[in-house]
Amino acid sequence: MKFTLSWLKEHLDTEATTAEIAERLTALGLEVEGVVDRAAELAPFTVAYVKNAEQHPNADKLRVCVLDTVDGEIQVVCGAPNARTGMMGVYAPVGTHIPGTGLDLKPGVIRGVESNGMLCSEREMGLSDNHTGIIDLADQDVGRKVAIGDSFAALIGLDDPVFDVAITPDRADCAGVRGIARDLAAAGLGSLKPARPPAVPGAFQSPLSVEILPEAATACPLFVGRYIRGVKNGPSPAWLQRRLLAVGLRPISRLVDITNFFTLDRARPLHVFDAHKLKTGIVVRMSRPGEELAALNDKSYTLADGMTVIADHESALGLGGIIGGVPSSVTDETTDVFLEVALFDPMRTAATGRRLGIESDARYRFERGVDPDAVIRGAEAASRMILELCGGEASELVIAGSVPEWRRTVDLRPARVKSLGGVELPVHRQAGILIALGFKPRDSEDRVLRVEVPSWRGDIAGEADLVEEILRVNGYDAIPVEPMLRETTVARPAVSPRRRLTGLVRRSLAALGMDEAVTWSFMAEDAAEAFGFVNPGLRLMNPIASDLTVMRPSILPNLVRAAERNRAQGFPHVSLFEIGPVYRDATDKGQETAATGLRAGPGGPRNWARTPRPNDVFDAKADALDVLTAAGAPVANLQVTADAPGWFHPGRSGVLRLGATVLAEFGELHPSVLRTLDAAGPIAAFEVYLDRVPQPKAKKDGSARKPLKLSPFQPLDRDFAFVVDADVAADRLVRAARSADRDLVTDVTVFDVFTGEALGEGRKSVALTVTLQPTQATLTDEQIEAVGQRIVANVAKQTGAVLRG
Amino acid sequence: MTDGIATEDLGSLKAELVDSIAAVGTLADLEAARVAFLGKKGRLTGLMKGLGALEGEARRTAGAALNEVKDAVTGALQARRDVLEQAELEARLERERVDVTLPARPRRMGRIHPISQTMDEMVAIFAEMGFTVAEGPDIEDDWHNFEALNFPPGHPAREMQDTFYLPDREDGAKMVLRTHTSPVQVRTMVSQKPPIRIVAPGRTYRSDYDMTHTPMFHQIEGLVIDETTHMGHLKGCLVEFARVFFDVDDLPIRFRPSFFPFTEPSAEMDIGCSRSGGEIKLGNHGDWLEILGCGMVHPNVLEACGIDSARYQGFAFGMGIERPAMLKYGIPDLRTFFEADTRWLKHYGFLPLDVPNVAFGLTS
Repeated sequence: MKFTLSWLKEHLDTEATTAEIAERLTALGLEVEGVVDRAAELAPFTVAYVKNAEQHPNADKLRVCVLDTVDGEIQVVCGAPNARTGMMGVYAPVGTHIPGTGLDLKPGVIRGVESNGMLCSEREMGLSDNHTGIIDLADQDVGRKVAIGDSFAALIGLDDPVFDVAITPDRADCAGVRGIARDLAAAGLGSLKPARPPAVPGAFQSPLSVEILPEAATACPLFVGRYIRGVKNGPSPAWLQRRLLAVGLRPISRLVDITNFFTLDRARPLHVFDAHKLKTGIVVRMSRPGEELAALNDKSYTLADGMTVIADHESALGLGGIIGGVPSSVTDETTDVFLEVALFDPMRTAATGRRLGIESDARYRFERGVDPDAVIRGAEAASRMILELCGGEASELVIAGSVPEWRRTVDLRPARVKSLGGVELPVHRQAGILIALGFKPRDSEDRVLRVEVPSWRGDIAGEADLVEEILRVNGYDAIPVEPMLRETTVARPAVSPRRRLTGLVRRSLAALGMDEAVTWSFMAEDAAEAFGFVNPGLRLMNPIASDLTVMRPSILPNLVRAAERNRAQGFPHVSLFEIGPVYRDATDKGQETAATGLRAGPGGPRNWARTPRPNDVFDAKADALDVLTAAGAPVANLQVTADAPGWFHPGRSGVLRLGATVLAEFGELHPSVLRTLDAAGPIAAFEVYLDRVPQPKAKKDGSARKPLKLSPFQPLDRDFAFVVDADVAADRLVRAARSADRDLVTDVTVFDVFTGEALGEGRKSVALTVTLQPTQATLTDEQIEAVGQRIVANVAKQTGAVLRG
Repeated sequence: MTDGIATEDLGSLKAELVDSIAAVGTLADLEAARVAFLGKKGRLTGLMKGLGALEGEARRTAGAALNEVKDAVTGALQARRDVLEQAELEARLERERVDVTLPARPRRMGRIHPISQTMDEMVAIFAEMGFTVAEGPDIEDDWHNFEALNFPPGHPAREMQDTFYLPDREDGAKMVLRTHTSPVQVRTMVSQKPPIRIVAPGRTYRSDYDMTHTPMFHQIEGLVIDETTHMGHLKGCLVEFARVFFDVDDLPIRFRPSFFPFTEPSAEMDIGCSRSGGEIKLGNHGDWLEILGCGMVHPNVLEACGIDSARYQGFAFGMGIERPAMLKYGIPDLRTFFEADTRWLKHYGFLPLDVPNVAFGLTS
């Protein structure tokens, strides 16, 4: 919402400076987004008299002008065809920044003649696109005599600071200058001027009638019309043009400018029809699907069901509360007009505007709510202005519908200003603020103020709203800062055990050399499909980009693409992880937290001491196990199976399970999936589902751990080399060795695996180191021998392996 | 076998042996000399054996003299060993010398993303004020995201937030990507009884993508519900937060009235700054920067969540996470947060063990 200082002063009697007003507006909740003072920018441009203009001796199209200026007599060379002796123009001295060209003016010699300044066109001053000639003050309707040295900005009313204020959606009343003035007056920055122009008497019965069809009774509860005959349209007076221009509106004609003026001045949108173009009287009805409207924004719209239409008996003339139509619009030839001052339902106006994509000053106000009690008043004020500017004679008002009931009373317990707002304010001060804003508070017996809400404050519904009114006019700065009281002296932990472990996982992964990424929760559907996306309920209805269309089923595609971007930029060593949501369905339980990572590239930078080794499935497995350890999973009890989902390499991937629950998937990514994502491999990756990790039960004994039992006897290692069928999983040998003697065997590791002709076709050698930990006494040779035999026998029984000879 | 031993002979023997030991050049030769003198068949061992043939005083005298020779030889052997071992150690160290300017074997810690770090910092500060962390899903129904928060259907305030929609749920509910973390307020109030004091950090989504907006971003929501908390506490809480978070004790802070459907009275909080050359500096420089929206929870919201608005009240706030992080850590471009550029992560990221904590100082 833009307005100028002089416009504000039409409503507000104030001595406040621009800066004071701006500061108070923001303090009132009318946030000032900018104050533009064109006068400052245009200060160097002053009025000059062209004493003599004659042909340039060396150039056909140039003139040499001698000026009487604020700087004395100045000679300039001018290319404008309209430069002539005896005119008053706009002079810019050397050194002036010319807004239209962006250049600073320098003294020059043009074709041998000195030029020490400039006579300016409107375009050079950044006022318009007009560059047909220099400004001739004889053409300017400045309304007074001009003198050499007068500020040009002041002359045309540009010495009027323009405020740009952000209006929150609740403040419909401040979508007009008068509402803003009322707020400022309430806050003590002047007094609101009275504004109740006398009604215009009707001279005759309107020949046009208005009918609101029952179907439109809620969409348009009230329509006030008036026929005005014998008007003369044409350009508006300078003051009105300037006002509109200053706030960014193009003046069109008196009649149109008047409607725009009321929209901005009173938040009271109006419309005028050319009465001769109406076939019959006005009908307010609901749209008929498919009917067309050629709107005033030079676009054509096909209307859908449920839109409010202003029509004659033949066709739609306009969309109620949004925009008028071309065929019935006023022109310079218009002599009789029909004025529309109506109320339109905010919700329907908003829905229609949204559906058709029309942003208009009328819609902006109607969807926030126009003062229901100002319809007839608005009609009178608008009629008066039309008669003043265009002449003519007004009919009696034509009124269809009725003023909807807006009167309501909201109770305020004055103590609430302290108990909710934190400020101690005497009741008379509270009541004073409300009265200044147009409320009517009345004392009641039970120490409650019964506050009648003014018609323009549809946003006030409850006590809290009144507290806010009082607080904001009194100033939020006046609310004393009070510390938060704590329930306990020492704060208790803020996060759940699971969130704490998630943090531990995050910092563990970074400690393991991976960088944390944060990537979009949505991704391209083809990428998602390659990672198991199936649920159409997770497809965005209105994606913002073609590669951000579905909720991600996995974080991996995003990380793969990120790895590829880094590689393409010349940084191939990428270890990335992300902890974030993946989505299964749109229910509360359809989202889970994944800790996902990958290692791509040659396995680390080249180094004199170490040859890089490509990252493989076992790097991914180690990462997954580290994540699970940090997440508190019982890592020793996990099973590893080779049935990872299809986006992994089928022979180089696995799943970590706890019973039937999949806790993690790891492995090298499938080459075809990498091709789908246009990424180079190999990439070793893992995805751990943190929410599936069972949480430790609340401990009965607090945080104490089980006592540590240390054996006084040394452990010893024994190696066993087995030959077994090549498709037997090594893990089975390990488990068999371990279960051979659960008391003595504390660890089993695989230290060698190989195949070779000597072993036979389809056979492999698996070598285990078994750690034996005696707890009662040092083992004798016989005991060791006996354990060894049990291990060999159990491994043979469980896996068919034989001890290598 | 052995003749009597003359004392003067022993004197010259001692000198001879000690001299020969001093002349030995290697540890191996030294061992050979030891064996030759003190070994089973060594010269001194032989003489010792000869003592058995003597009697009485002569045996004692000869024994003492011989022992003196033996001690001298043993001492000389040890002294020479020390010298030779030292020489050998020095030679070995010289052999093992490397060029220490060679690079170490590559090993690096990854970095924590500034969003995670900033969230942890914010949680650490609010934890000090007695808040706990609550969470909710990213995909919400219209009721949690809008209606319970006092956004009636069709209300223009909904247009303040460009919403992403998903297909309707089977029961007809409109599904959205949450446009703010405020639905976590609703979930908390529906499931918990006052007093309530939570913060809810998380992902949020709006259909907006340009220099200063990304379709996904992060917010932290705050909610306090009890019987006495008022606007003064709201100011106290957030002023304290901002000064600790930005580590500027006299950071100018301004609250100004605003509008949110779910709070009444509502406010926006600005912090003091200067803007010159596109760079924002915090402090008392005359300009202001908006960092969060807040207000007293609207009675309609309390009632929608089943909380008696005649008895309970409190405040709520919602703050972006990226923007404060950019301000605090001088990160110039919002969009770079989501690009996973390893150079960016290395530069703006945080060491994993740098866990934000008020007691030890927040990261900076």
